[in-house]
Amino acid sequence: MIREVLSGLRRGSIGGRLTVLLATIAALLSLLSWGMVTSFAREAAGRTQDNVLAASATSIAEALRSEQGEIRLELPYSAFAMLGAIGEDRVFYRVATESETLTGYDDLVVPELPAAPGVVATDTLTYRGLTLRSATVTRRVLSGQTPVLVSVTVAQTRSGIDAITAGLSRTAALLSVAFFLLAVALGAFAAHSSLKPLNEIAQAVGRRGPADLRPVRRDAPRELEPLLTALNRLMERLGQSIRRSEEFIAEAAHRVRTPLATVRAQAEIALHSVEEESQKQTLRRVIRAVDESSRSAGQLLDHATVSFRADALSTQELDLAEIAGRVVMGLSPTAEMKDIELRLSAIPAPMRGDPLLLENALRNVLDNAVKYSPAESAIDVTLVEDGRNYRLSVCDEGRGFGNDTLAELTERFRRGSNVSNIIGSGLGLTIAEEALNAHGGRLELSPGKGGKGACVSLILSAP
Amino acid sequence: MRFLLVEDNRELAEAVVARLSLDGHAVDHAATLGEARDWLSVAEYDLMLLDVMLPDGDGRHFLSESRMRQNVPVIVLTARAQVSDRVDTLDLGADDYLTKPFDFTELEARCRAVLRRRGGLARNDIPLGRAVFAPAAGTLTLDGEVHPLRNREIRLLEVFARNPEQIFSKSQLLDRLFSQAADVSENAIEVYVGRLRRRLSGAGVQIETVRGMGYRMTAE
Amino acid sequence: MRFAHPVGTVTGLAGVFLLALLVWAAPARAFEIEDHKAYPGTGGIMIAIISTADLAVFEPFILRFQSVHPEIGIDYSVASSAETHRAIVEGAAFDVVISSAMDLQFQLVNDGLARPFRSEVTGALPDWARWRDLLFAFTAEPAVAVISRARFEGMERPRTRQELIALLRARPEAFQDAVGTYDVRVSGLGYLFATQEARNSDTYWRLSELMGRLGVELYCCSAQMIDDVASGRLALAYNVLGSYAAERIAHDDRLEILTLEDYATVMLRSVLIPAQAREVAAAEIFVDALLREGLRDSPGSWGLPPLREADEPEATAYGPIRLGPALLVYLDRLNREAFIAEWADAMVQ
Repeated sequence: MIREVLSGLRRGSIGGRLTVLLATIAALLSLLSWGMVTSFAREAAGRTQDNVLAASATSIAEALRSEQGEIRLELPYSAFAMLGAIGEDRVFYRVATESETLTGYDDLVVPELPAAPGVVATDTLTYRGLTLRSATVTRRVLSGQTPVLVSVTVAQTRSGIDAITAGLSRTAALLSVAFFLLAVALGAFAAHSSLKPLNEIAQAVGRRGPADLRPVRRDAPRELEPLLTALNRLMERLGQSIRRSEEFIAEAAHRVRTPLATVRAQAEIALHSVEEESQKQTLRRVIRAVDESSRSAGQLLDHATVSFRADALSTQELDLAEIAGRVVMGLSPTAEMKDIELRLSAIPAPMRGDPLLLENALRNVLDNAVKYSPAESAIDVTLVEDGRNYRLSVCDEGRGFGNDTLAELTERFRRGSNVSNIIGSGLGLTIAEEALNAHGGRLELSPGKGGKGACVSLILSAP
Repeated sequence: MRFLLVEDNRELAEAVVARLSLDGHAVDHAATLGEARDWLSVAEYDLMLLDVMLPDGDGRHFLSESRMRQNVPVIVLTARAQVSDRVDTLDLGADDYLTKPFDFTELEARCRAVLRRRGGLARNDIPLGRAVFAPAAGTLTLDGEVHPLRNREIRLLEVFARNPEQIFSKSQLLDRLFSQAADVSENAIEVYVGRLRRRLSGAGVQIETVRGMGYRMTAE
Repeated sequence: MRFAHPVGTVTGLAGVFLLALLVWAAPARAFEIEDHKAYPGTGGIMIAIISTADLAVFEPFILRFQSVHPEIGIDYSVASSAETHRAIVEGAAFDVVISSAMDLQFQLVNDGLARPFRSEVTGALPDWARWRDLLFAFTAEPAVAVISRARFEGMERPRTRQELIALLRARPEAFQDAVGTYDVRVSGLGYLFATQEARNSDTYWRLSELMGRLGVELYCCSAQMIDDVASGRLALAYNVLGSYAAERIAHDDRLEILTLEDYATVMLRSVLIPAQAREVAAAEIFVDALLREGLRDSPGSWGLPPLREADEPEATAYGPIRLGPALLVYLDRLNREAFIAEWADAMVQ
């Protein structure tokens, strides 16, 4: 049971653990202080009662006198009145010589008289079934011609001091509980504030972008330095590992793509030297196969990048028009090869987003449009504000989408059903749509103007 | 045009050199950055084709260096196809990039685009009779009038202009003009030849049909 | 033969008569009963009460109590405070003990002869009217002086004890053999009044000596003293129980209470349930009713004054006699002997 609780604590929060620990200590201290106060109170009350009993017995002893050879006593009123001071306790007394009781309760006998006259002896005794506290004092008084030792015993029940002790104990218990509650509150506060730097570091690391592996530089309490050092070392190792895998991918790509490039280049050269049409066809197929595999590999990598960045989107201020300009410029040589005219018309469109993702989305859409457009046609890239949204449309004069729906088109690896002879894959649109979804935007397909061609629009909410 | 190809893969380099030579370009090949520096110190180039992964260093770091020295336009040939790599490359000062494996027609188109952005180089201009053909700018100047040409017209004219008197079959022209990815019929060649003939009328050169063989450019 | 008090067995007038005969006839009885009456209830329960208060004074309360609790029968015996105390010490079977002798009541409690009782009503009592959960006061009754109107004819009424002493000195012929007070040797209440007054003021001894010189008449009880004042045999009765006096004066215009403003000795009439009580539950109901009576706001119909009387201005000089161990002081054998000796020296000349 206790082990379960402990292991639960080990798994649970440090703050909780610290608080429970401090609360346990506070509880022990509270209990200890309560016990001490109670015992002090009992002792103090007991001592007070002893003093009062002693004073009472002494004042009675002092009232003893010898008159005409006879022992006389007039009990001082105050001797008993003072006994009422502590509480409502029952009082017993006895004044006696060694042989006879002079007055008081005959059967109240203390086991031992004090060592010398004038010395007060206190004792706890049982009388008539009651526990009494007694004080006894002796005094020599002349009886006839001989001095007689007269003992005066005053005894009292203890309910008064028990009540005082109980009252003090109750007060101490209340104070202890209050102290305990205060200590728990302070403990929780202390736990919270000492864990604050840890939370701050966690927040600082949590706020970082997906690729930010810089070491965490922060003033941290000494105890957190090992953690921080370990964290930074981990980040460094992670960074190294990412760099290594990036290098590995680059190296692998280089190793694969360079021979492919060689094959393609040689196939093209061969194409010029062979005359036979069937051989030319074979070489063309080789070239296309190389192109297709290269494009697929590129898009797969793109898709992985987009998925990763979309999962941990880090945004910055950007202008959608600038991105559109860059993409159009990047693809214009490709378009020129087919004498396709790229026409860009854009208004400034400031927003927050990941420029790499948005550029990738538009590049894929425009790349598709260039691929599917006939030679010597035009593609319009327009960026307008449409209500609360930016609408970045790519409209071509190509064959349109046929009967495919957007969902089908963007389905991964799926090609448009009427473009099987053009290298490319539905992955391009998938990439674009994922990038847009990450920004809260969407992709819209519509037929081109006058039923000719098609429009793909990137819709992003304007700030 | 004169190219400097920086590429450590010998086979690819040979293929690229052979392919570009087919179009009448002069290509020097450097297998390492060290060799590239040597070539750059002795010759002037219209364009540098730079591989990024080289035995003695990263081509991208070489970019700033080479640009400082000669201001040669650079097209980076990269095996890295990721978006971030493209952006990085352009940020480092490359004029354009091309992912391996590449289409030579696309390479040519990009070279032309880069050169055009740079303003073109007059020494590459080719006189054709009374006209001057500027392949980099994509123009034909006749009687002081500058006519912009379409891309495929430029490509076709360049093939004929650099190889006067040489007969090209329709199939050969098709392979030179169009990307192998495109599906174009030989009839397209007839369309473009027809356009070029109209543009060249009065220039003193002509594209004549050699029956059963193909076409060639001759002085009128 | 010991007197075993029959509880719940003797009912009706015949029983009372028989019992009275028995009591009077018993030569070696342990304690002396002065008066006795049974008030049978409808249930089988009968509580036995021993009290110092006269039947005449207590009957109205008993009848009122029985109208609320008809099932509880009450067997009421009247005895002197000393006899009452002795009865309990000797273990007589009583369920409620009512006495005006605070010191004796306290001694019973101190010696462990009382049974603790706690209720809402006992909790409502002021601290000074209760000792632990054992002894409860239900009246506060000052000691007063009663004078004969006829014998004080033409005399100015003294307002303090000093003035009273001066008057007694000035007119010895008027007061010779005409002053009465308790015989402290036989009256527990008288002893209590005398010791408390002696403790509080030295005028007590001067007054006592003066009374001794005037041939003081000594009485056992307030009632006879008041009778003699009423008849004119006495001109002044000193330290009479105020409650009795007030009741008598209400229908006897020969009497007058002499208001002495310097101080008043206030006695608390108290009740306890003895340890040997049998009908404890019924006794507790009775005690609760009695204490409620003590807590009433105004004197009302019953002759015994409520505890509030202790707050009256004349009582404030010392407050009521405190319940506490100091009451044991004058019960001490040696002290009692010494006090009585001194008192006798003063009074009996």
